Amino acid sequence: MRFPVIAALLLGIAACATPPPRGTGDLGLVIERAAGRVMLIETSGRSSLGHIEGLGDLSHASAVFSRDGRYAYVFGRDGGLTKLDLLRARIERRVIQAGNSIGGAISQDGRLVAVANYVPGGIRIFDAQTLEPLSVVPTGAKVVGIADAPGNRFVFSLFETGEIWIVDASDPRRPQVRKIVGVGKQPYDGFITPNGRHYIAGLFGEDGLALVDLWAPQAGARRILDGYGRGEEPLPVYKMPHLRGWAVAGRYIFLPAVGRHEVLVLDSVTWTEAGRIAVHGQPVFAVAQPGARRVWVNFAFPRNDVVQVIDVAAMRVVKELRPGRAVLHMEFTPRGEQVWVSSRDDGAVLVYDTATYAELARLPAQSPSGIFLTSRGAMTGF
Amino acid sequence: MLRFLAMLALAAVCTTALAGAPAPARRAEILHLLRQDCGACHGLTLKGGLGPSLEPAALAAKDADQLSFVILQGRRGTPMPPWGAFLTQAEARWMVEQLKKGLPK
Ligand code: HEC
Repeated sequence: MRFPVIAALLLGIAACATPPPRGTGDLGLVIERAAGRVMLIETSGRSSLGHIEGLGDLSHASAVFSRDGRYAYVFGRDGGLTKLDLLRARIERRVIQAGNSIGGAISQDGRLVAVANYVPGGIRIFDAQTLEPLSVVPTGAKVVGIADAPGNRFVFSLFETGEIWIVDASDPRRPQVRKIVGVGKQPYDGFITPNGRHYIAGLFGEDGLALVDLWAPQAGARRILDGYGRGEEPLPVYKMPHLRGWAVAGRYIFLPAVGRHEVLVLDSVTWTEAGRIAVHGQPVFAVAQPGARRVWVNFAFPRNDVVQVIDVAAMRVVKELRPGRAVLHMEFTPRGEQVWVSSRDDGAVLVYDTATYAELARLPAQSPSGIFLTSRGAMTGF
Repeated sequence: MLRFLAMLALAAVCTTALAGAPAPARRAEILHLLRQDCGACHGLTLKGGLGPSLEPAALAAKDADQLSFVILQGRRGTPMPPWGAFLTQAEARWMVEQLKKGLPK
């Protein structure tokens, strides 16, 4: 008698386990870096849908998404490239592709995933569907700031040698490389503007940034915001700032100043300084809220328990939040009504209403770092 | 007798090495700092990132005093910042001992 009951129960569970069809437009993931896993999230009900385990060393991990928003590609520090199926909540494929990697990008057509490596320095290009390795572009230096550009190109910077390389992967087994040398000392990160035209690398070893117009790459790189430190000794940098296309708010680009408690404002028409905003600490991320009315900023150790909000029209800080200890990342929903914030040392992901700053939800997470939503899959440079 | 003396000497050496060791609660904080904040550049497992590997094999041949000096003073012209504002000399020294031994998992 008991047996059939259990069998029926099991059958029932099996039936329930087949989820109804759903879209992926409101899905995303949170890197739980100490646990080597990701938490699947959905932003409509602001909840966790569970975890996917077994992703290896996820310090500094980042993710990009397939164009259909179903798959995530997670780049781990141990060189692991993991393809996740968000709908089935499982690892689809995983390869260890190098000793030490820093991030990656997906091509314009969605067919290629490029991984940027520190050791051995270079990028590796994979088939996005199968993760079959297609080609390697060795650089002899640490690759930073990789971004995809129109024309199935990947653009990145080289830390030790101060170069920006543009790799055309239209023929992914025979990528064509254009090198721009002498862009400045120690580029630490780079990004592409949302329209795919300009690539900007931040420099650690000099006060300034390097700008490349991808419509005219033969013209090389030009220095912008040169000498923004005005000869003052920079403060020690306990965490490198991060750059990405989210820095663009209308005509202005908001950039972390290296070694200063300032956000720099760059005019993207004249490429000159449009102002600078004094902030709480050394900025790590300066992210424009979709709609570009506000820019949210988090900070480096030891001032990393605060988030400040800059009003773009007023060009000043209008709000300060204290989400928790060690705030590592902020991610907006595509229309900007919510922002998800990770507090590593409080073990929580917080969701704020961007209009009222009210805390809408708080999800427990193990040392959460990056938060990545599927809407990135539709954006150049993500 | 000789053995006994040798043991005494060894005990003395060990106590000196431990003399400046941080209290248990502080140790946990330092290990957290190592994994998380040093890990931001050296990798969460300290296998290396923008900064080099800090695993036992990578540090074996390096002088402990020099390593703690780098931690406290940083290295100019590189992204390695000085941590002297957050760590005492004894704490930096203890950190180096932990690194050379390998961090507990
Ligand atoms: C912002 C990035 C960054 C952070 C954070 C950082 N380091 Fe470093 N560290 C570096 C870099 C880069 C080097 C290599 C410097 C060079 O080129 O000589 C380095 C070098 C070192 C060295 C010398 C290694 C050798 O083989 O000579 C030690 C030891 C070290 N770091 C320990 C630490 C500790 C401990 C912490 C945390 C308290 C820390 N680092 C945090 C970037 C960083």
